[in-house]
Amino acid sequence: MAEKKQETDMLTATVGWIDRRFPLTSTIKAHLTEYYAPKNFNFWYFFGSLAMLVLVMQILTGIFLTMHYKPSATEAFASVEYIMRDVFGGNIIRYMHSTGASMFFLVVYLHMFRGIIYGSYRAPRELIWLFGVGIFLVLMGEAFFGYLLPWGQMSYWGAQVITSLFGTVPFIGPDIAEWIRGDYLTSDATLNRFFAFHVIALPLVLLGLVMVHLVALHEVGSNNPDGVEIKEKKDKKTGIPLDGIPFHPYYTVKDLLGVVVFLMVFAAIVFFAPEMGGYFLEHNNFIPADSLKTPEHIAPVWYFTPYYSILRAIPPIMNSQFPGVAAMGLSVMVFALLPWLDRSPVKSIRYRGTLYKRWLAAFVVSFFVLGYLGTVPSNVWGQFGDWAGGADVATVVARVFTAVYFLFFILMPWYTARDKTKPVPERVTYK
Amino acid sequence: MKKLLIITLWLPMFALAAGGVDIKVQAPINVNDHASLQRGARTFINNCLNCHSANYMRYNRLLDIGLSKQEIEENLLFAADKIGDTMQVAMDPADAKKWFGVAPPDLTLAVRAKGADWIYAYMRGFYKDDTTPSGWNNVVFDKVAMPHVLYELQGEQVLNHETHALELAKPGKLSPSEYNAYVGDLVNYMAYMAEPAKAQRQRIGLWVLLFLGVLLVLMKKLKAAYWKDIK
Amino acid sequence: MADQKASKRKPVKGKQEQDSTLSFQQPSPEDVGKRKFLTFATAAVGAMGALVGSIPFVGSMRPSERAKAAGAPVEEDISNIAPGTIKTVEWRGQPVWIINRTDEMTADLAKHNDQLSDPMCDVESQQPVYCKNANRAIKPNIGVVVGLCTHLGCSPTPKIEEGGDMGENWSGGFFCPCHGSKFDLAGRVFKGSPAPTNLVVPPHSYSDDDTLVIGVETKVEA
Repeated sequence: MAEKKQETDMLTATVGWIDRRFPLTSTIKAHLTEYYAPKNFNFWYFFGSLAMLVLVMQILTGIFLTMHYKPSATEAFASVEYIMRDVFGGNIIRYMHSTGASMFFLVVYLHMFRGIIYGSYRAPRELIWLFGVGIFLVLMGEAFFGYLLPWGQMSYWGAQVITSLFGTVPFIGPDIAEWIRGDYLTSDATLNRFFAFHVIALPLVLLGLVMVHLVALHEVGSNNPDGVEIKEKKDKKTGIPLDGIPFHPYYTVKDLLGVVVFLMVFAAIVFFAPEMGGYFLEHNNFIPADSLKTPEHIAPVWYFTPYYSILRAIPPIMNSQFPGVAAMGLSVMVFALLPWLDRSPVKSIRYRGTLYKRWLAAFVVSFFVLGYLGTVPSNVWGQFGDWAGGADVATVVARVFTAVYFLFFILMPWYTARDKTKPVPERVTYK
Repeated sequence: MKKLLIITLWLPMFALAAGGVDIKVQAPINVNDHASLQRGARTFINNCLNCHSANYMRYNRLLDIGLSKQEIEENLLFAADKIGDTMQVAMDPADAKKWFGVAPPDLTLAVRAKGADWIYAYMRGFYKDDTTPSGWNNVVFDKVAMPHVLYELQGEQVLNHETHALELAKPGKLSPSEYNAYVGDLVNYMAYMAEPAKAQRQRIGLWVLLFLGVLLVLMKKLKAAYWKDIK
Repeated sequence: MADQKASKRKPVKGKQEQDSTLSFQQPSPEDVGKRKFLTFATAAVGAMGALVGSIPFVGSMRPSERAKAAGAPVEEDISNIAPGTIKTVEWRGQPVWIINRTDEMTADLAKHNDQLSDPMCDVESQQPVYCKNANRAIKPNIGVVVGLCTHLGCSPTPKIEEGGDMGENWSGGFFCPCHGSKFDLAGRVFKGSPAPTNLVVPPHSYSDDDTLVIGVETKVEA
């Protein structure tokens, strides 16, 4: 007994020593044991912590891949095969990284969707949302730069097309594209700088953004499926929100449960279907980059295809591809405007009317359709007859859904204000 | 630049030439069938490796499919000195380009790039065509530069332009079914070569999932134990 | 806790009471015990998983198949190494010395055992068992040693000749320029050197009388 007391004394003393020099206990309290999160988080609330998990896994596997990878046009492709064959455990590490890239987007898309349906971007959480959009943009850059590194045909021509997009900017475009590539076409110089961006520049920005995303979140507190502010009803004595529960231990154990389920899905892909039928690792990327021969069919990786579809859907105007490129850029950036476009008196979809729900459904459908169309050639559904000038069916469909995609945002101030909402309860609903 | 964009914004998908009806069938892939893999490895090394390299494949990987070190060193190690070497090709790629018009591609990852079924069809889809430089054409690869290396075994096929089917004009040393099995072994080996660690990876995967299953049960109990507090 | 439950049941003011209670309550002692056990069990299983999960990462830093292929055994024709000379060959990127000792040199090896740290080659990691003998060799006059000092890995300089700049008592051997370790012609370390052990004798064998194979153990001779 006495021994035990001594032990705890020593622990207290050590913690005290640290606390006088570093805010250890107060940080743990502020972000874990005394951070009160709404008790009614549902399935959709797993994806924030899962995104963190994937970020950590990507950094870890990335570090070990960097130990063997060679960022040079002559060696890159071979060094990836070297990792896959000659390095012990290299195939698992590489598959974890390639699967992680796709799963990162999957998790982030679900996380963003959660934010949209429960109005998590609304006041006072606009900054959290903006930081989040920043994370999403950096993540897209990270994925794009990383995708060049295996130096396969898809890597090469993907980078060539995307850097060419900058070439469509009026007047200065060609110079920008050349400056980004550091050559007249995608080359060793491009690969080398993309490596630098992928392994150090963007990860640093990403980590910084994730930190401010979390700091901002813990400042205002989490939203919840009811969109009720739990801080408005507090216990008079302790000041603890009545619907809040300490993040640790309750949400740590819950999130860990989510982590295990996620890892099972992740492992199933890594070990049994790392190519995911050509969606996670594309067949043509097993052919080394060849600057003289474009593959017969090129498409971006699945997580970029909705935006790619939008790019293709917009016809050239005055012989310039720039409108399509601008539309693609807008389709991603427009998420940042959500906090100011939504004028509904309620946050959560639970209390919104059918008008909003229909628009949201239309948006989700257009996102999926555009996503699918981005993976296939535009003649996939054949052509209309002569009455329509023989236009590709898929192109026309993509145009319609591109319009829907943007109308979801453009008309939001109108339909959210006009929508019939239901009364929001004072307290969150639980069980 | 603009042109490039337009080209990449939609080249039509390459439509496979309509070949004989039975050409596009599933390749007989079973990377656990060591006997088939060994036969395929011999075929590959004796025929393909004369012109095509397999630069990422080490000879000693063949130990994994049940070949002995002695067998490899005595019967298969032509183009290299050491069993740890990769399957290089003696032919100079520049020469090859002069002879065939294109350098024969490295075949290590051919199955991952093209698919086993495609290669299986390709190896059976050669036919006589006097209009091409090599005198051979292929139903899945129009105007292919590669001549039909295995024609002595398969015989000579011709394309019936009315039915678009291949017909055996002159039988080879092997019957059609024997030839299919021969090429099947080869494609099976090439599938193995494209990812030698695949079988091992799947074995590990089972254990990982099993472990995560145990962890899942514990986690569920743990979560339930804590969430008892919440009302 | 019981109070809280009781208060819920009160019909009067019941709703208000309920509204002002926190969403989480203190666990009962038996719950705490159960949690401790489950936390421990989950953490133990999780830690085991993390440990096994680290295998590919830790393992990926070991020499790869390519390094192993490059480090494959080296064959060397020793017939052209004159008695009293040394030849350096590369094996796994390391310098390996092949010394063809004259009969006199070989005979001299036994004479300075008292000056050596480990004359009988008792440190087993430093040579294969078949070289744990007076000459540390398979053929008495052919010495094969890895030319890297066992102190901090510099490559010592051969000083084969007797005497010379090594002083009168020097009977031939190796001198490490980094920290002054001295070894004899069988790679055994002299007392007083910073190097703790004898130089490493690599696994080797002879495929025929004149061909030395470095990196391959002698086949078991029954």
